[in-house]
Amino acid sequence: MRKTAHELARIIPSDITPYDKYVSRRALLAGGVCLAAVQTLGRWGESFGQSSPAELTYTHNAALSVTDAPNSYKDITTYNNYYEFGTDKSDPAQNSQGFRPQPWKVTVSGEAEVLGSYSLEDILRPHPLEERIYRLRCVEAWSMIVPWVGFPLGDLLKRFKPTSKAKFVEFKTLYDPKQMPGQRARVLEWPYVEGLRIDEAMHPLVIMAVGLYGKAIPNQNGAPLRLIVPWKYGFKGIKAIVGIKFTETAPRTTWAVSAPNEYGFFANVNPAVDHPRWSQASERHIGGGLFDQRRPTLPFNGYGAQVASLYSGMDLRKFF
Amino acid sequence: MTAIIRWVVKPLVFVACLVPALRLTAGAVGVAGVSLGADPVAVILHTCGKWTLNFLMIALCMTPLRDATHSVFWLRFRRMFGLFAFFYVLLHFTVYLVLDQAGKLGALWEDIVKRPYITIGMLALCLLIPLAVTSTAKAQRRLGRRWIRLHRLVYVIAILGVWHYWWGVKKDIREPLLYVCGLSLLLGYRLWKKRKSRGASRISVARVARTDAS
Repeated sequence: MRKTAHELARIIPSDITPYDKYVSRRALLAGGVCLAAVQTLGRWGESFGQSSPAELTYTHNAALSVTDAPNSYKDITTYNNYYEFGTDKSDPAQNSQGFRPQPWKVTVSGEAEVLGSYSLEDILRPHPLEERIYRLRCVEAWSMIVPWVGFPLGDLLKRFKPTSKAKFVEFKTLYDPKQMPGQRARVLEWPYVEGLRIDEAMHPLVIMAVGLYGKAIPNQNGAPLRLIVPWKYGFKGIKAIVGIKFTETAPRTTWAVSAPNEYGFFANVNPAVDHPRWSQASERHIGGGLFDQRRPTLPFNGYGAQVASLYSGMDLRKFF
Repeated sequence: MTAIIRWVVKPLVFVACLVPALRLTAGAVGVAGVSLGADPVAVILHTCGKWTLNFLMIALCMTPLRDATHSVFWLRFRRMFGLFAFFYVLLHFTVYLVLDQAGKLGALWEDIVKRPYITIGMLALCLLIPLAVTSTAKAQRRLGRRWIRLHRLVYVIAILGVWHYWWGVKKDIREPLLYVCGLSLLLGYRLWKKRKSRGASRISVARVARTDAS
């Protein structure tokens, strides 16, 4: 039987922790990650959209991070593709300053047992934060190295208990032309929709990012909650997420709808499959300066060893 | 008046035409507080491409301005604007070949053959070469009426250039659309003028015929 969030939220007396137990539990947690995360959350909410975002508490995940030097904070926060705030790379930094990532709600729907609308705090509370330094490859053939702070998407999705019918997960960005001036022009179909196959979504490399360089993620990078799928082109990394839906059929993702011959549902980084209008064989690394040579693009953006098996037997030219 | 145009106005216009290139140079070497941002190669590439189109458009404005003001003043600048279009397209191409493709001619050839928007861009650049070469007063005299016919190529070049821009952008075609509108006006004006003068000449021929008959 499915439970709605409302039912889950009903508190029964036996659920209430006696005060003494509460205190001892706090003491137990004092040195742990959880308390740190809870403390962080408090400050974090207030800090969004401010010029100096709050420091987050997190652990560095070296095993899943690349060792290359990350791009500068300035490059990462001033060179953005985020059409909700304009189509120029510099537009998001300029036009997102009035954006309010708090209070924030995420609606969970579709083929899962636990559905409903959750505050950002509810979404984040159980998840310890980690830093992952990932490669980012844009479909426009440029790349960066970004130190994200977040938590595995799979851990979040499991909380909603997806049913056997949940073959895909669909994500939706906020639609609010007042706050997101780029949405006033129909450059794309709004709201932005992205999606993953459920096995992709559960892969440990996929994270929900809430931070950048150890601080709360800036508006122009997708505050308060954005997706990171490091082996796919950047446009899969949907920003300012307000909806998560478990579906039986593949979601109609925004770029694939806008130009189906140019952008596919999978959008795995693949140097062998060119964009119809430009080569994907190499990339220009941001921050390299004028005379930096293009670098060869790696299959699955260098994450092939971890993710290639997800696509065994698939024709990646057809499912690009 | 001619002396003022030659020694004051023209040099000022010349310097003004260089401003975009100077700005890019300042940004590239990091002086005067100018920055080209996180992806300087893309900024130089796109800025030079856009100024090529701008100068083509400006050059194409000179004839309508002459017609509207009944002054040949404007035509004195047409060659300069045309040559600046050529200057910026050479920069555009050089940056693409040397900085973006690291001077690899194989990669250039592959792009020209495989990517239609680069094919038409290259075609436009090549067509601009004979116009630049024959832009001197001497060549103009030598070619006579053929010079005018040759330089009508600029209409084709401008169409190819705007088309190249349109096909090159990822999704937001609002800016290329502005160029399409501007160019349509400029070329439409010429068609309209041609039709009008043809109509006018037909009427005058008819009149002459009628007077002859009477």
